Amino acid sequence: MELAFPVIGWRVITPMLLVTGTGFACLLLDLLPPKERKGHVAAVGLLGLALAGLATGLLWGQRETAFREMVALDEFALFFNLLFCVATGLVLLLSHGYIRRQGIEQGEYYILVLFAALGMMLMAAGTDLLIIFLGLELMSLSLYVLAGFFRTRPASNESAMKYFLLGAFATGFFLYGIALIYGATGTTSLPRLAEALARAELGRDPLLFAGLGLLLVGFGFKISSVPFHMWAPDVYEGAPTAITALIATGSKAAAFAALLRVLLGPMRGLQPDWLVLVWILAALTMTLGNVVAIAQSNLKRMLAYSSIAHVGYMLIGVVVGTQLGAAAVLYYLAAYTFMTAGAFGVILLLERRGAEAVQLGDYAGLAARHPLLALLLALFLLSLIGFPPTAGFVGKFYLFSAAIEAGYVGLAILAVLNAVIASYYYLRLIVYMYMREPEGEPVVAALTPAAGLGLAVAVWGTLHLGLAPGPLIGLAQGAVGPFLP
Amino acid sequence: MEQVTFFVTALIAVASAIGLVVRRNPLHGALFLVVNLFCVAVLYLLLRAEFLAAAQVIIYAGAIMVLFLFAIMILIPGRAETGRDPFRRQRLAALPLGAAFLLLVGVLMWGGPPPGGAPPPPGGAAAVGRLLFTDYLLPFEITAVLLLAALVGALVLARRRA
Amino acid sequence: MVPVGYYTTLSAVLFTIGVVGVLVRRNPLVIFMSIELMLNAANLAFVAFGREAGQLDGQVIVFFVMTVAAAEVAVGLAIIVAIFRARQRINVDDLNLMRW
Repeated sequence: MELAFPVIGWRVITPMLLVTGTGFACLLLDLLPPKERKGHVAAVGLLGLALAGLATGLLWGQRETAFREMVALDEFALFFNLLFCVATGLVLLLSHGYIRRQGIEQGEYYILVLFAALGMMLMAAGTDLLIIFLGLELMSLSLYVLAGFFRTRPASNESAMKYFLLGAFATGFFLYGIALIYGATGTTSLPRLAEALARAELGRDPLLFAGLGLLLVGFGFKISSVPFHMWAPDVYEGAPTAITALIATGSKAAAFAALLRVLLGPMRGLQPDWLVLVWILAALTMTLGNVVAIAQSNLKRMLAYSSIAHVGYMLIGVVVGTQLGAAAVLYYLAAYTFMTAGAFGVILLLERRGAEAVQLGDYAGLAARHPLLALLLALFLLSLIGFPPTAGFVGKFYLFSAAIEAGYVGLAILAVLNAVIASYYYLRLIVYMYMREPEGEPVVAALTPAAGLGLAVAVWGTLHLGLAPGPLIGLAQGAVGPFLP
Repeated sequence: MEQVTFFVTALIAVASAIGLVVRRNPLHGALFLVVNLFCVAVLYLLLRAEFLAAAQVIIYAGAIMVLFLFAIMILIPGRAETGRDPFRRQRLAALPLGAAFLLLVGVLMWGGPPPGGAPPPPGGAAAVGRLLFTDYLLPFEITAVLLLAALVGALVLARRRA
Repeated sequence: MVPVGYYTTLSAVLFTIGVVGVLVRRNPLVIFMSIELMLNAANLAFVAFGREAGQLDGQVIVFFVMTVAAAEVAVGLAIIVAIFRARQRINVDDLNLMRW
């Protein structure tokens, strides 16, 4: 029996191959001594991510598909590749000192972070629901384990368990959604799905709607939109803080990438049907996230609800569905990555009595003891509020003006009101840092060079995207070009 | 004959699924799940998916369920859920939700595409294997990495303190 | 011949039972098994739809789902074993799974 060997589109998967190769190299490196220190594994991981980022830059502007149109090389995938490289790189930089201090430094940590990054890349580049599904699983499985990496801490164990059970539950919905879409159209490939949906009679198939609805439930879990958000606070709180940062930034961006590709790609013709649903999700998500965040005294929980609220803002861009709206989502994801990774990056450096300083009270008078870290945290918080001249301001401005331009004034007003509510709990933390007297045991900071570099990158991103947003806006608009010219 | 086989198998499959959900002892639940997985394997055979039927028995009913039983045995020998139920309200919400999903059943029954006259695809190992290594090469390689990641992750979590 | 619609209907029933199982049960192992039930229902739907379309693709997808399920089980049971080591009870209500 002869077997026609398939054509392998090496170029299309170059960034992913680099990350995979780095993961394998780290796996082998981890076996070699020294057993106690694993900094070199992280360094190799960073190098691999940098190479993947570089390859992404070199491939910019090309458009190609490979493996029977299962993965695409286009600006959209490349934009997200870059975002994942930055997010994962930041997490690696921030992790190194942190996990050593916490006594959980193992090579596998870095390897799983790399595999998670690979899963994210596949989700953004996949143009077949099967590839998106496999990427989602690769990312999720790695993150489940990483969330439980504090093996001896009950909170971390529970975090892993909740993340796993609810994540697997969501996978079930996602998969059944794919099955129904396959049943309705006979394909899982997005380009062929678009062709099938263009045939009019298929556009009203209840099977297709049920499938799309289930798919949205699966995505809703991964981006933690209300009402599928209940895992987020507990998982954020229990997971190692560096991993919390990765879950909040990278995994969300990956889910948004796949969501945009599906909704604005083949499902664009059905926009009138899914629009209302996503509208309601956006409104609920931002409002509930912000209101509940006010009641939180644990910083990681507070940031979890805040991140839910930010998902609500970004869903506005999905509702809008124009080129401007989608580009605004991409820009916001990039801005959100820098400021959130930065905020978690400061939090994970602070300790009190050997435990992580995550309570609001721990931050009373922080400006007096650690002026630099307090200043950085204040900057990231201001950016999360959306103060000029930070990345958060431009992101919100861009997103809300896209909404107004497309006629979604109600949603834009709701979002602005929400931003006002949100400023309360962010400013409260700043007030604690700057206007309260320190109390109790001193909070100590363990700033390592790597973490310092990570924070510097986060600050640079937060300020640069705020002061000179033009280039990234251009990139984001180019990135949504493949389906929204 | 085929109809009879289908209805008997379907009945057993549904009954065993309900058994999994209502039995308090997880061990009984696991055994019900094994029955269910076997029924699905029989249905695969009826659908002419011979390779999958074999894989179903080997992977699911074999490997996966043994792992489950193993975990149940070492973790909670014979312990059932007892005590006050703190999630009563949520559980009540499950019923309307379940009913909503029955709508899905309706969709599949009445709204599905008309029965096609397409010939059954050959479901043997050769045909599936050929597709796996040609059209589906990329997903195949991704699953390789996925299994590696799962292996690394499971080892990290389950091994004793180094 | 049995119409394909019967198979998909059965798959929807099994999926619904799985969903209800996840929502009403407290033991993580049982919840996990209910999730497996959901995945199996999806697999059955894939094979049935593939049969209807005269394609082998549905079966190939199921092969991948089985692999993913196996990986998921390995990780999930490792997490459950780890949590059991840390403390001796593993009912989900102790974990406040659905706290707001």
